[in-house]
Amino acid sequence: MRVIAWLVEGTWPACVDAVRAHAPDDAEVVLLHVSGPDVPAVAHGAFAGLLGRGHRELDPGDRVEALGGMSAASLLDAAAERLGRPCVREERSGRVEREVVAAAEGAGLLVLARDGDRSRLGPKSLGPAVRFAVDHAPCPVLLVWPEPAPDLGTIPPPPPHHA
Amino acid sequence: MAVPAAGIAVATGVISLDHARAEAERLGPVVGFLAAVLVLAHFCDVEGLFRACGAWTARWARGRPVRLLTAVFALASAITAALSLDATIVLLTPVVFATAARTGVRPKPHVYACTHLSNTASLLLPVSNLTNLLAFAASGLSFTRFAALMALPWLAAIAVEYLVFRRFFARDLTAAAPAGRDTGEAPALPLFALVTVGCTLAGFVVASAFGVDPAWVAAAGALVLAGRALLRRQAGPLTVLRAAAPGFLAFVLALGVVVRAVVDNGLADLLGHVVPDGTGLPALLGLAALAALLANLINNLPAVLVLLPLAAPTGPGAVLAVLLGVNIGPNLTYAGSLATLLWRRIVHQHEHDVDLGEFTRLGLLAVPSSLAVAVVALWGSLQVL
Repeated sequence: MRVIAWLVEGTWPACVDAVRAHAPDDAEVVLLHVSGPDVPAVAHGAFAGLLGRGHRELDPGDRVEALGGMSAASLLDAAAERLGRPCVREERSGRVEREVVAAAEGAGLLVLARDGDRSRLGPKSLGPAVRFAVDHAPCPVLLVWPEPAPDLGTIPPPPPHHA
Repeated sequence: MAVPAAGIAVATGVISLDHARAEAERLGPVVGFLAAVLVLAHFCDVEGLFRACGAWTARWARGRPVRLLTAVFALASAITAALSLDATIVLLTPVVFATAARTGVRPKPHVYACTHLSNTASLLLPVSNLTNLLAFAASGLSFTRFAALMALPWLAAIAVEYLVFRRFFARDLTAAAPAGRDTGEAPALPLFALVTVGCTLAGFVVASAFGVDPAWVAAAGALVLAGRALLRRQAGPLTVLRAAAPGFLAFVLALGVVVRAVVDNGLADLLGHVVPDGTGLPALLGLAALAALLANLINNLPAVLVLLPLAAPTGPGAVLAVLLGVNIGPNLTYAGSLATLLWRRIVHQHEHDVDLGEFTRLGLLAVPSSLAVAVVALWGSLQVL
């Protein structure tokens, strides 16, 4: 069976730990990082707003793209080291949530971390990207908390019965 | 594009040769000033100023996203004010992205902060934005008085942006980096660049007190940094020339002539009905809103060229209100204006798809609020100073 761990800046250690705890020993582990097009595009747009001041090779969007590739590689290196077992590293770029779902095709398990507002428990603790992946992944999903899961005491009391 | 258009305008008599020459003479010193600031910023980068800034913010933020955002706000505001918005977009943005990525923080809010502040934080000094240089020449204000009047609007607009960013990117800002990531080694202090920029800024104040054109001070600062790089063989004369972006300088001159031709042939009468008169708060708000709208349609450079002749007779208050509109306004539209966006579609430079919905939602929150607060602050400054 193939286990995909979708790693995102800031929350990836929880996913790696979940793979260590829950993936079978004989599973093939894939560490996945997806770079979205939007951050370089923001820089491209700002440069376009300068109306051609400076040469095209100065476009900060290109430099951001190159730096993004390097930082994804170093994130996957750190994750592989934390995992401590053989694994495959996969870097993709494109619409993040769609790339994740595509990468999960034929997999036995997709591991991902909550990416929403975790100060309020409930639907908002999932951001749009994780929400999409949970809804559309073609395999079982293991959804983990980036920090230790909150205990039962954090659940609000049940609503009063209506007569 | 603009250069042949200007040639046609003159050749066909749409604009008289005298008007074209007057416009070029008026813009000449402004363009020279801009060239000096571009060279200054380029050689600050060569001296390692921006790399050092990245390392300082990384060490100060220690992988905590909110601290990094605060540091990026302070840094981008200072760089934009002192070295112009070009420096923030071209030189600082990649450094900020690399800093966020290296410390394991999600880069999106910080890269957005650079692009927004390159506009919003470009209010303070005449050198911060080409639009300011144009308005500065038209307003008749001294360098010091310009900065004094714009200080409060600058601070107010940045503060509003900060609050909007903290709320808008709350999700990305809660994802703290795993501990123990590399924050980089202590950078060497680029003392020479810092001292040169500091002396140049002080020189602006002194020159203004003695009635000397601050463009000469900018040229001296640029000459010192470029000269040092030439002596140390870090750069050739060609690099200095390219840093001054001669193609763009020609574009600005030609654009001035083209806009003058359009203004002379009816636009002035048309807009004369719309441009509010007076320097009361409602008039300033209307002027800033009109300027922001125009900047989003045709880009802020032509917008300021169109509006300056109409606002200048009312006085410096009206000119500065136009400036608030054309500087803060472009945060609303991706690539700064619909005209640029259309042009990019035409020449097929739209392969990088930004999330336009997110970009625009952020702009709709940040632009009206920071613009309104900045105009009120300007109105207050005009009453007191």
